[in-house]
Amino acid sequence: MNGLELLGFIMVCAAATLATRVVPFVALARQAEHPLILHLGRYLPPAVMMILVLYALRDFQPLADGHLNAAADGWPMILASLAVVGLHLWQRNALLSIIGGTGAYMAMVQLGWAP
Amino acid sequence: MRHSHAWREAGVTTLPVMFGYLPLGAAFGILAIEVGIPAWGALLMSLLIYAGAGQFLAVTLLAAGAGLVEVAVATLMLNSRHLFYGLSLLRRFQGAGWRKPYLVFALTDETYSLLTTHASDAGLDHAQAFRVSLLNQLWWVLGSMAGVLVGTTLAFDSRGIEFALTALFIVLTLEQARRLRQWLPFTIALATGFGAMLLLPDRHLLLGAIGAASLVLLADYRHRHNRQPGGCP
Repeated sequence: MNGLELLGFIMVCAAATLATRVVPFVALARQAEHPLILHLGRYLPPAVMMILVLYALRDFQPLADGHLNAAADGWPMILASLAVVGLHLWQRNALLSIIGGTGAYMAMVQLGWAP
Repeated sequence: MRHSHAWREAGVTTLPVMFGYLPLGAAFGILAIEVGIPAWGALLMSLLIYAGAGQFLAVTLLAAGAGLVEVAVATLMLNSRHLFYGLSLLRRFQGAGWRKPYLVFALTDETYSLLTTHASDAGLDHAQAFRVSLLNQLWWVLGSMAGVLVGTTLAFDSRGIEFALTALFIVLTLEQARRLRQWLPFTIALATGFGAMLLLPDRHLLLGAIGAASLVLLADYRHRHNRQPGGCP
């Protein structure tokens, strides 16, 4: 593939991605105050957030070879998530919860953790 | 003075995204180079496409020699969840002026999450939303650059750091729950999320779950509207 073909390829990807972002703003520009749009604006973000959490944890495998799975896609994922929830309910400091949970996850994954 | 303060605040807000975007961007850069995409191509993708999963898909399709139509359709399918993001931000981006085109262009999962969760609580205005969006893309582009330059030999053992994005989504879900104090959207999300996991292949999971959640919310709206004619809760 030469440079020009690659450029064309990138432009097609960029245009398709941009289209998915722009369409609602262009198509519904005059409907921004419609009660249905307000309803979605209120309830969709929390629903999307919850779905993104499920999506991020979708690879969870509780067992590996009949034992508790201690690899990156095993219990460290769940334990670190619980640490994030616990830290956040306790201190309500977003950065602390995220750094604490991520640090715990990295430690479990890198240092090995045997149940 | 006030500007530098605002930028620093935006920097703190985007810190968790930085922890996620730098390693993920680097992973993208490494993959792109391995597949044979030149460095300028990889960087241009992070500048102009700017979609995590979308760019990984693009690299895969490029390596497989897919045609342009196929690429366009696959990209549209993968990213169509953005349609629903736009729906819920129509009013929020009103009056954003010259910043609006960029705010719309830069609407990734993570930026959407930050903008919608901080919206009414901390009073994130258009200027601040713009800074947050811009910094998020900066982290993504810097990560891609690092991946392109360093290749596969990363000095720092960063295994597991991408969990920062999972942690970010968890924190933002808790914040949303605290602000809303209603079960409805979370119940809907759990139902459509697990339903999509059971029924759909991985690549359609997000779109399926978010699309279904939007439809349920639409049904809920009509239901409420019919019970209370003329008024909307």
